[in-house]
Amino acid sequence: MTLTLNVNGKTCAVEADAETPLLYALRNDLGLVGTRYGCGLGQCGACTVIIDGKAVQSCDVPLSAAAGKQISTVEALCSDTSLHPLQKAFIAEQAAQCGYCASGILMAAKALLDTNSNPSDADIRNALERNLCRCGTHSRIMRAVKRAAKELRGER
Amino acid sequence: MAQANTPAPARKLPGSLDTNRRLDRWLSINPDGTVTLVTGKVEIGQGILTALIQMTAEELDIDVSRIRLKPASTAFSPDEGITSGSRSIQESGLALRHAAAEARDLLLARAAQKLGVTLESLTVKDGVISARGGGSATYWELATPDLLAREASFDVSAKLPQEHVVVGTSLERIDIPDKISGKPSFVQDMKLPGTLHGRVCRPLGPKATLQAIDVKEVEQMPGVVAVVRDGSFLGVVAEREEQAIRAERRLARLAQWTLGPALPANDPRQLLTLQAEAETEVISSKGNPDTGGAKQLSAEYTKPYIAHASLAPSCAVAQWEGGKVRIWTHSQGIYPLRGDMAQVLGLPEDHIIITHAEGAGCYGHNAADDVTLDAVLLARAVPGRPVRVQWMREDEFGWEPFSSPMVMKLNASLDDQGNIVNWGHELWSHAHSTRPGGRGGVNLLAAWHLEKPLPAAKPGNPPLPGGGSHRNAIPLYDFPNQKVTNHLIRRSPLRTSALRALGGFANAFAIECFMDELAEAAGADPVEFRLRHLKDGRAKAVIERVAQMAAWKPKEKGDGERGRGIGFARYKNLAAYIAVIAEVKIEEEVRLTKLWGAVDVGQAINPDGVINQIEGGMIQSASMALKERIDFDRATVTTRTWDDYPILRFTEVPEIEVALINRPEAPPVGAGEGTQGPVAAAIGNAIHNALGARLRDMPFTRDRIVAALSA
Repeated sequence: MTLTLNVNGKTCAVEADAETPLLYALRNDLGLVGTRYGCGLGQCGACTVIIDGKAVQSCDVPLSAAAGKQISTVEALCSDTSLHPLQKAFIAEQAAQCGYCASGILMAAKALLDTNSNPSDADIRNALERNLCRCGTHSRIMRAVKRAAKELRGER
Repeated sequence: MAQANTPAPARKLPGSLDTNRRLDRWLSINPDGTVTLVTGKVEIGQGILTALIQMTAEELDIDVSRIRLKPASTAFSPDEGITSGSRSIQESGLALRHAAAEARDLLLARAAQKLGVTLESLTVKDGVISARGGGSATYWELATPDLLAREASFDVSAKLPQEHVVVGTSLERIDIPDKISGKPSFVQDMKLPGTLHGRVCRPLGPKATLQAIDVKEVEQMPGVVAVVRDGSFLGVVAEREEQAIRAERRLARLAQWTLGPALPANDPRQLLTLQAEAETEVISSKGNPDTGGAKQLSAEYTKPYIAHASLAPSCAVAQWEGGKVRIWTHSQGIYPLRGDMAQVLGLPEDHIIITHAEGAGCYGHNAADDVTLDAVLLARAVPGRPVRVQWMREDEFGWEPFSSPMVMKLNASLDDQGNIVNWGHELWSHAHSTRPGGRGGVNLLAAWHLEKPLPAAKPGNPPLPGGGSHRNAIPLYDFPNQKVTNHLIRRSPLRTSALRALGGFANAFAIECFMDELAEAAGADPVEFRLRHLKDGRAKAVIERVAQMAAWKPKEKGDGERGRGIGFARYKNLAAYIAVIAEVKIEEEVRLTKLWGAVDVGQAINPDGVINQIEGGMIQSASMALKERIDFDRATVTTRTWDDYPILRFTEVPEIEVALINRPEAPPVGAGEGTQGPVAAAIGNAIHNALGARLRDMPFTRDRIVAALSA
């Protein structure tokens, strides 16, 4: 069947079964491969996207439930010419090793910063609780989120 | 006079240049002002490519932005075996350093000839060679293809450390911008035109065989293009990924398996029951191992099966065309993989072209090679179409090769001054190396399940000095009498292979916990006790440094809730020196509040890259020590999801502080693995410092703390 999705501000039609997890439509139909498969059970956060303002695991959301909602993926974070402050901060802090978890963590962090412009360490830890990083770059990621929050607040 | 007849030892070129001597295998200097760098090592999230670019740019005197990298491929890359053991800087880095230095020499010689000046009058800036009296030439015009079409020479001088301007700086990783922008970065993201998706239905247990299955129903499912059955290898290819997943689930419901022999109990001490088949070797013997003393101590430590647990389940893409197959894989060793693949397929090696594409961090031999054969076998059913196979999370936990369980029995004698006069260490382990490229068989999972199965190669154990199961089993401390014995039991109930530090994780853990037990028995401070038994100045320096960072107080006491402990090792006894202090707070479970680390990797090519690796290693090791264990019942592995295999989360990771003792004059060594044992020991020692209870079995779970406290 044809399902209509609103992804990164664009309306897209996807030809798939209604119970197909959103993750596969994003990656394989819409070419948005920044959202990644890690577990298929909503346990690792590698596939995190923002749906109607909330960080959600896209492997766990059927297309039928995603249709009609505002979905944004990591590809929408930056424009053609400039990176989002979170992305700039990840580079500045070198907050990655393999980078497979990065997209999901960036989206979870964006959902946090959208509602909390000055998060504490505990706020950041809690917001990223559902995202796993196996390389152990957690402390760099936390520094990067703080740095981005500062830039978004207009501080230097 | 006898010496005159002894042949001079053959001269060796640095690193992998010795086995891949042609300069143009490594570098090409292009007319468009770029330099192409080819390495046989691969990026696995450790930042190696950035470090190799720095080492090459340094010797060539060019800006790093001029360097282009080609992904490693059996079509053209130097054969550097496997990217493992923290050896890439020593092997690929030193090869490139030498090759680039020679390329620069050759270019300078051409420039001198062209400009009619002496070599001494030339200087280089970003590829432009200028003569003192005027006149210049560029690399890009001087470098004709014949320039590097030669074998490397021995008499080439790379720069002195004090001349370095790029090496030793924290250049930003080249791969991070794409990875944080959602750009296709991994083999998982590859999309060739016409790609189909495959999934494999694995047996019910490690030795189970497929009895019967009627696949008609699955063949008629939406999107299914082919069902492949070959003996007990069962898989499906479909147009869409979710269709392949659904079809595989249906196959799993329909398949009837016969289970193999029952698995033993999940207890590392099972190893001790296999003594009859152990290969026992005394690997170090000094003085009189029967020496007694005023006090005798002994203790037994264990580590369970643990998983690599890469965040990305393994993935590969394969495409058959005219009897040849092209493969994209995140394997750590494309050449050894090609060798095994050729045996399975009955093809000459040149019919198999394997190109590396990045995967997520793997931390050792995970399922990267296995999924590659899966993709090749499934793609064979649909010639011309690329097939992408990604394992499901439950496959990755259930079927990746695990790190072996281990048992370490230590004993020692103290004299009446509280000095160690005798040391004994016996260890029991399965093998730590069953990668492709072994002898006498094939190390690829699906090959064992085929109608005509291929035997597995004999499980390997890398020899000393680096070692496998016995890595870091010989103490770096200076004891007058000692005996270290390795009991290797190659046959294992579950497949085992290389995971970060191999046996070094458990051996260093045991040694460093036992050092604390001995220090306590001697009434000594753990830091002072270590220093007094060490002669190596660099070893002492990291211990002193970490003690200073943590403001360590001699004989500091825990308070029943909070405590601190130290751990130290020199990785493989020949690479990085690492000392760690851990601070824990015991609540419901062990809460790791802070880790301090001091590290000496010789010359740090990219200091921030080293620190990133060390921090990551510290967190991963802490996670393993505190939480991780693979579980299985009599039939199969029961750990299948992240709920079954918790790792440290954002709410649980400690604060971390790392200091680098940079020694530009010392050879650079890898940083990836050395933290494993020291961190686990530091945590074990901190728990003891806090509670007075000693945990000798990893992981340090709540149940074990309760048991230790009530013992």
